[in-house]
Amino acid sequence: MAGLLGTLTAASTATHASWVDVGTFAVAAAIVLAGAVGVVVARNPVHSALMLVMTLFGIAVLFVLQRADFLAAVQVIVYAGAIVVLFLFVIMFLGVDREENIAAEPLRGQRPLAVALTALGATGLLLLGQVSAWTTGAPHVAGPDTGQSNVALLGKSVYTTYLFPFEATAALLVIAVVGAVVLARRPPAAAEPVRTDESATPEDRADAPGPAEGARP
Amino acid sequence: MTVNPDWYLALGVVLFSIGALGVLVRRNVLVMLMCVELMLNAANLTFVTFARMLHDIGGQVLVFFVLVVAAAEVVVGLGIVVAIFRRRSTATADDLHAMKG
Repeated sequence: MAGLLGTLTAASTATHASWVDVGTFAVAAAIVLAGAVGVVVARNPVHSALMLVMTLFGIAVLFVLQRADFLAAVQVIVYAGAIVVLFLFVIMFLGVDREENIAAEPLRGQRPLAVALTALGATGLLLLGQVSAWTTGAPHVAGPDTGQSNVALLGKSVYTTYLFPFEATAALLVIAVVGAVVLARRPPAAAEPVRTDESATPEDRADAPGPAEGARP
Repeated sequence: MTVNPDWYLALGVVLFSIGALGVLVRRNVLVMLMCVELMLNAANLTFVTFARMLHDIGGQVLVFFVLVVAAAEVVVGLGIVVAIFRRRSTATADDLHAMKG
């Protein structure tokens, strides 16, 4: 964090290209932060999802600025194209796309406490960045400078060094798909309906005609 | 001379804080999941920044894996939301107090 002011002074004497970088960063950062605030304060969940798309596009621009071209493309395709669409699909499917009263505060004092804790955490992280030695490296382009493209570097790394984690993520995706299907499946109509604990009184349980033994498949 | 990496790290900190604040103050489960996505994106931005600073492509590979885990998390999370909604007709975290002591 010590170089924040240094960036400005260096940029004033740098070439034309650096102004493009600084300007792009400023615009993308503004988009990211505006979208993030919009996600939190929007009353309608659909508006939150659209604000999330804005933030994700801003992050993709920042990835391009840092020479992570492949990740920028994946960010747009996977996040904006798949994850947010999934969010919107569930919002529409459940019909919860109505305005929510976010002014009501069910827990007294919870909101100021949350703001205070978050501000404390952010300050701590910023101070940590300032005092630690992590941020002393000079800015470089990503990856060893071998003249290869970002995609080639990333692909070689994924299929050699990180091959086992790559295979593990494939297994993780299969497990997630199976889990989603199991969770979203309606219980078969013949089976005993699952009660919520609030609707079932002790008399109900005693009087309910249970399924005959051996009737279940 | 490009933008100093410190700016990217500061932006990541602010983005993560906004996401954490959203998880704490919002009660709609879907919006809470979106705020978790904000926090994951802040971590991704930090990973890419360190990959650029330290000359190491490993940071970008890690972002790749975070993307996969985020996708799996959203799929299972939304499946749970749908399953809860089918029984309770609510997507508000305050109404899910069945295990409250």
